[in-house]
Amino acid sequence: MSGHDSKYFSTTKKGEIPELKEELNSQYKDKRKDAVKKVIAAMTVGKDVSSLFTDVVNCMQTENLELKKLVYLYLINYAKSQPDLAILAVNTFVKDSQDPNPLIRALAVRTMGCIRVDKITEYLCDPLQRCLKDDDPYVRKTAAICVAKLYDINAELVEDRGFLEALKDLISDNNPMVVANAVASLAEIQDNSNKPIFEITSHTLSKLLTALNECTEWGQVFILDALSRYKAADAREAENIVERVTPRLQHANCAVVLSAVKMILQQMELITSTDVVRNLCKKMAPPLVTLLSAEPEIQYVALRNINLIVQRRPTILAHEIKVFFCKYNDPIYVKMEKLEIMIKLASDRNIDQVLLEFKEYATEVDVDFVRKAVRAIGRCAIKLERAAERCISVLLELIKIKVNYVVQEAIIVIKDIFRRYPNTYESIIATLCESLDTLDEPEAKASMIWIIGEYAERIDNADELLESFLESFPEEPAQVQLQLLTATVKLFLKKPTEGPQQMIQVVLNNATVETDNPDLRDRAYIYWRLLSTDPEAAKDVVLAEKPVISDDSNQLDPTLLDELLANIATLSSVYHKPPEAFVTRVKTTTQRTDDDEYPEGTEPGYSESPAHVADGAASPPSSSSYVPSAAARQPVPPQSSSPPAAAAVPDLLGDLIGLDNSAIVPVDQPATPAGPPLPILLPASTGQGLQISAQLTRRDGQLFYSILFENNSQTVLDGFMIQFNKNTFGLAAAGPLQVPQIQPGSSAATLLPMVLFQNLSQGPPSSLLQVAIKNNQQPVWYFNDKISLHVLFTEDGRMERASFLETWRSLPDSNEVSKDFPGIVVSSVEATLDQLAASNMFFIARRKHANQDVFYFSAKIPQGIPFLIELTTVIGNPGVKCAVKTPNPDVSALFFESIETLLKA
Amino acid sequence: MAGAASALFLLDIKGRVLIWRDYRGDVPASQAERFFTKLIEKEGDPQYQDPVVYENGVTYMFIQHSNVYLMVASRQNCNAASLLLFLHRAVDVFKHYFEELEEESLRDNFVVVYELLDEIMDFGFPQYTEAKILSEFIKTDAYRMEVTQRPPMAVTNAVSWRSEGIRYKKNEVFLDVVESVNILVNSNGQIIRSDVVGALKMRTYLSGMPECKLGLNDRLLLEAQGRTAKGKAIDLDDIKFHQCVRLARFENDRTISFIPPDGAFDLMTYRLSTQVKPLIWVEAQVEKHSRSRVEIMIKARSQYKERSTATNVIIELPVPSDATNPSIRTSMGSASYAPESDALVWKIKSFPGNKEYMLRAEFLLPSITAEDADPERKPPIRVKFEIPYFTVSGIQVRYLKIIEKSGYQALPWVRYITIAGEYELRLM
Repeated sequence: MSGHDSKYFSTTKKGEIPELKEELNSQYKDKRKDAVKKVIAAMTVGKDVSSLFTDVVNCMQTENLELKKLVYLYLINYAKSQPDLAILAVNTFVKDSQDPNPLIRALAVRTMGCIRVDKITEYLCDPLQRCLKDDDPYVRKTAAICVAKLYDINAELVEDRGFLEALKDLISDNNPMVVANAVASLAEIQDNSNKPIFEITSHTLSKLLTALNECTEWGQVFILDALSRYKAADAREAENIVERVTPRLQHANCAVVLSAVKMILQQMELITSTDVVRNLCKKMAPPLVTLLSAEPEIQYVALRNINLIVQRRPTILAHEIKVFFCKYNDPIYVKMEKLEIMIKLASDRNIDQVLLEFKEYATEVDVDFVRKAVRAIGRCAIKLERAAERCISVLLELIKIKVNYVVQEAIIVIKDIFRRYPNTYESIIATLCESLDTLDEPEAKASMIWIIGEYAERIDNADELLESFLESFPEEPAQVQLQLLTATVKLFLKKPTEGPQQMIQVVLNNATVETDNPDLRDRAYIYWRLLSTDPEAAKDVVLAEKPVISDDSNQLDPTLLDELLANIATLSSVYHKPPEAFVTRVKTTTQRTDDDEYPEGTEPGYSESPAHVADGAASPPSSSSYVPSAAARQPVPPQSSSPPAAAAVPDLLGDLIGLDNSAIVPVDQPATPAGPPLPILLPASTGQGLQISAQLTRRDGQLFYSILFENNSQTVLDGFMIQFNKNTFGLAAAGPLQVPQIQPGSSAATLLPMVLFQNLSQGPPSSLLQVAIKNNQQPVWYFNDKISLHVLFTEDGRMERASFLETWRSLPDSNEVSKDFPGIVVSSVEATLDQLAASNMFFIARRKHANQDVFYFSAKIPQGIPFLIELTTVIGNPGVKCAVKTPNPDVSALFFESIETLLKA
Repeated sequence: MAGAASALFLLDIKGRVLIWRDYRGDVPASQAERFFTKLIEKEGDPQYQDPVVYENGVTYMFIQHSNVYLMVASRQNCNAASLLLFLHRAVDVFKHYFEELEEESLRDNFVVVYELLDEIMDFGFPQYTEAKILSEFIKTDAYRMEVTQRPPMAVTNAVSWRSEGIRYKKNEVFLDVVESVNILVNSNGQIIRSDVVGALKMRTYLSGMPECKLGLNDRLLLEAQGRTAKGKAIDLDDIKFHQCVRLARFENDRTISFIPPDGAFDLMTYRLSTQVKPLIWVEAQVEKHSRSRVEIMIKARSQYKERSTATNVIIELPVPSDATNPSIRTSMGSASYAPESDALVWKIKSFPGNKEYMLRAEFLLPSITAEDADPERKPPIRVKFEIPYFTVSGIQVRYLKIIEKSGYQALPWVRYITIAGEYELRLM
């Protein structure tokens, strides 16, 4: 069954377009059909044939289904660029949607939905309404998906014309394929809406579970994925659901199996009977193991998911560790994931066999895999106390092979083992020192130096060893320099003799005067001060007992794990990140997708970056569910300046050691009144003429870092890049910074899309956001910004009264924190409510208490952490009391900062 | 948690777009192409690249088939398992249409490819991937003349894999039970993994809408029916069924009942993880006299009953990549040096049960070697074989009942065979 279509590609003569035009208008059917094929061939190789629009559309009225499909395909591609001409096709579409042949009716309605031209959308409504009630299930299943398409183009239209109700009716359709597509369509619409549209009641549940038995494999996946959101009322219902779903574990389609596993795991949370739970675990194990016989790409997805599953329910696969042993021909990405799971399943019972495997892998040829295998041995040592000694002896055997990267990796993990089991295995230090001169990787070097410093008193020639590193101190990477500094100080404190004393002077000199690395400098000055003022205190600090470490390098936070488990089989479970960290919905009605549009050699991703699309000009008519005003959608207007902001960079170094730093002088320039100006974070005086103002903002449910660059220097600045330090919410740039060249005296504004949970910092929550920006002409600029918590409030933070009360009661009183703001006046209730609602703090109720008014609000930050808020005030009088209750009271301080800002505004 | 693909791309070996279908208009082909060509350039071997990659707001998922990549792009939290599997199914569909899926066949059939891409996926949701039924209403040039007036019932039917009105003069069913043995032996000679993956491969040539019922000597089934098996009953670890099998019914009373698709398909696959004695045991002694020669001795022993015979046995043993001048002697079969895979390949046409054969070989090694050469690849010994009329599990088809309303008699033919799957023995 092979065709010869390639001949259509081979017409590259001059004057091709006029020739095609002529052929398209030929009186002979066959010639016209061939011409359309040539047009499609040209389109396929990326040539612009949009100028033939009218001629191609003229061929649309045909009995020939193949030709019709080709013309439709052409329309999907070019209607956007010819919106006015596209209207020519409408009549045929409408006519085709009433054709006696259901294939043509479905084709018409399917294609119209793909033409993202507003004018056509209006004409789509009537045919779609008809097709949703068509006699033929093939047409209905196509129409069901078309509702989601229409919603994507114009949500309001879908709501106004009652399509949502029609779609919900299709859930009761007698055809399983129609039901499945209606479910997919509704789930998609729900995902993009803040209103409750697709709520699964126990009634729909039973209908869908029945349809599950009859629809296609893909349909089963839609249904299972949608149903996994359903919360059973009690353990009994959960058991019933699970009983209906378990047969799916026997399906040949891996996606069906994984989605069934997801649903069973969800319901298991409610099941109280340990027998039932144990039984279910037993039932899930074999299908999960069988996933490892699937195609490697599927195995990869399965392994990423199994990684999550064993964190929540380790018993399921406790006895199956052998199936995760690597096969010689496994692709490297499969091997890496298997290794991760082997570590998770390693136990005292199986460790001997596991170590034998790791040792085998450590002698393979793929460097990354070998390193990971060595590291795995170390992690097992930290995890299993009783096996630590065996792990170490394997590591020593590997060191003896003298393969450079194996040795280095082994030293890195041995450092951790020393920390985990102090005073136990130091006898091997001598062996380690033998490989000293082969170390050339920073992390391995740093680890070895740490070991020497930590055990300086046991290593006779510790001073000689360290000294050998000192010569190259200035050339070493920062990581090594820091360790050298600390190790030398340790050595000095432990052996305060002449040799070390000289060394420490060399090091301190190197690390203060000779360096421009602030971290190193800070640490060196601190040591210096400690050593010169109070050596005993220095001992207490530097030689303090260290907290015990454990192997948590790959354990996920329980709330995140919950969310990921609810997302089994999806990308979220593959990335181990919540969906909002990577989902970027870009509205694209007017975005062109032609290939030719972008000249060769532009920066990758420049033209289509989300930041570019998100600016006002490209925004489509928004759905009613989006609140921001038109003004908010505009790109940030270039502003020359704003009043000097409070967020000047505090100079830690200056504070600490009294070094004088050039004072921060704010530049005084007239502020333009357009829009609220961004706070200046890097004044021009500090930034050698570059002034940076920036703020986090939220638009259409997306986080952006809105930045304004003003170039007051004499040079053209370009090549801007940005980096965010680890922070409490893991905020990071979702893409590269897109800033054009900035001429002297001009400015540029940009909206940088941001993601959450990328680089989380440990420690107590803080609003600090440290930013580094660099360009090709200047040094790196560091400045601090503040994360306003309310920017993180999500659009779905509204709570029903009942669930508000319930949540309030379910949280212990210790989670309630309150604060008074004596200076704040609430003068207009309405304005305040609007103000808060615009920041996704949703009003729930108001109650009078004597002369005071008490307001209740709800808000939510990503990962579903709710805030229940109570504001008490006397209207018009100064003084507001704010109480907040949240599962995570640590962040309430940040919350108060936010509410203060909001109420003052 | 809903989500779907934005676009599907068919790319050539360098990552350039051959054909693509834009489902949502939010991932331009230029962006995808730029990303993917860069990826291929960077990694060289896509084996090293995770099949799910995120860049600049878009997730790309891809598979490779001969000289073509199939890739979907998405901006949502879509079902990765479903979309990747869908790509594999798309390969099956294209293969059904064009015999082989490769760059040439895609170019030669681009019109049909577009039609298929329109039918198998809608708005990024996988829709329908039954090649046989698709070819009833999406036809290549040769069959274009027939006018299709409606989609086949099967597309939206509960029985979506079979059309009505199929007629055969002679109604026949062929059932092949194929068991592949996977084994992994570590360098200490311990068996660390051993399992059997079986498949019931069916070819049906049946008229109408036949109801089939299959009986196996499955212990749970026999117990459910309150019978004690005459022969031996077996326990199967995990069974997976083709979508035609009624899963709820199987869950209830372990009856395997179904209306089969027309033609070839895998009715069920199963797995057995009980440890079995390796059917062919291979021991190798490799003595490497550095910078002069390497001596190899292989012993291969068959550990099944004498009445069975393995055929087409191939034992592949890795040798150093710089080995030369082989001299090989065998007690059975023929052996040769395959320099392209740095291996010694020993072929034995027929290997009866309970026998032992030997091979001795010697290679010369160069007298000079690089000082600090990277560690050598250490592939395991690999063994291939087939043993007809034999299954490791002892699975038996007790009956295959075929009932059709026209009442014809259909003949089932059953064959059994065991083959080596991933059969690896690591060298010392």
